Amino acid sequence: MADEEDDIILSELETEDLVLQMHDDLYDGLKEEIEEGVNILLERGWAPYKVLTEALVAGMTIVGNDFRDGILFVPEVLLAANAMKAGMAILKPLLAETGAPRMGKMVIGTVKGDIHDIGKNLVSMMMEGAGFEVVDLGINNPVENYIEAAKKEEADIVGMSALLTTTMPYMKVVIDTMVEQGIRDEYIVLVGGAPLNEEFGRAIGADAYCRDAAVAVETAKDFIARKHNQVAAG
Amino acid sequence: MQHVDPRDSAQPSDTTLTEVGIAAARNTASRVLVIGCGAIAREILALKAVNQWDHIALTCLPAILHNHPERITPAVEAAIEKHRADFDSIFVAYADCGTGGLLQQACERLGVEMIAGPHCYSFFEGNAAFAAQADAEITAFYLTDFLVRQFDAFVWRPLGMDRHPELRHSYFAHYTKLVHQAQTDDPELTANAKECADRLGLTYERRFTGFGDLATTLTAVARQSL
Repeated sequence: MADEEDDIILSELETEDLVLQMHDDLYDGLKEEIEEGVNILLERGWAPYKVLTEALVAGMTIVGNDFRDGILFVPEVLLAANAMKAGMAILKPLLAETGAPRMGKMVIGTVKGDIHDIGKNLVSMMMEGAGFEVVDLGINNPVENYIEAAKKEEADIVGMSALLTTTMPYMKVVIDTMVEQGIRDEYIVLVGGAPLNEEFGRAIGADAYCRDAAVAVETAKDFIARKHNQVAAG
Repeated sequence: MQHVDPRDSAQPSDTTLTEVGIAAARNTASRVLVIGCGAIAREILALKAVNQWDHIALTCLPAILHNHPERITPAVEAAIEKHRADFDSIFVAYADCGTGGLLQQACERLGVEMIAGPHCYSFFEGNAAFAAQADAEITAFYLTDFLVRQFDAFVWRPLGMDRHPELRHSYFAHYTKLVHQAQTDDPELTANAKECADRLGLTYERRFTGFGDLATTLTAVARQSL
């Protein structure tokens, strides 16, 4: 995708072409180009939320789809994510100022005994991109971290990630503790990670297993909508 | 137990074990087939040779399946179905290996046994010992002898670090040390493992494991089938 783009000057592109070019640049993991593109769109009067959704999230969705379909692999997704993160760093303070829509709040972390955070970081980023406020607990989290943060932050969603077969059972410890404390139904519990599957998610009592970041976003939106509907009906 | 050195046997190349595996070489004495991972083929062949387990045949699946654990269970199932009519029994020389319990379920369904434990790092060290120190070692990145030899094929290239060395931080920021679980005493391999640690920016620790639970497990399989 990148070969013929050496001579492209982003600031000279029509806005529509610039956005498409940014999708290509995200796909190719070109961090500096994404930062430049974000700044150009802002200078042209785009609202930060519009830049986020139409330039970055839409571009990252293409990356996510190609990862799901086996066209892209982890290194390419990481490069794209790093580029998107750079763009989001510019937008984040502006989004807070301009009052972007808020979908809900998520507390997310990698479970105790596990230090892997690539998948968790991707989910965090895409959730933020979709308008969720994300509190990232980092890696190696005991049950107390999840529960304290969920209560303190008044979270809607608790997200847990694990890469190892040996650490994924800890998700059940967290959910069981939530049940014991009578707070399980106060939260939407989403789980993900390479060795997990839907059956495991059901068996441990999670609300859903999310196979990738895009699915996590859609699942979260779906559950939040149901929660709002329940409140409205109640 | 006798000293076992995988370098003593006629061995398939590491590249073959990574990408292709090895086909079952059946002889008239073969009654048991071990379906193993290419990453431990050398060790199994060495055990077979030194113990004269002529009644055990070995086939190995490509070790690189480990980079796509979801492909391991179907591949093992297919191998069992392909060979089961030709042998009295089959043993699966895989641990869970990132299959999330699916390989265990498949083996139970098909009536074959497999190696206990989460992965080869665990059974080489001994499952009990590995589990006992797991909490203290969550920032350790393990390499067996085979993985030291195939570091580029399993780690460096698949993670894209040959093309994008800047990704090292994304993958290894939370790791602190590389533990080389040595199955053999090999100064050249030790030097290579140290170099792997340097490339990943990790401290290096060599830990001789020998064959651990792999030896005891296969010895039990061999005895049961005599």
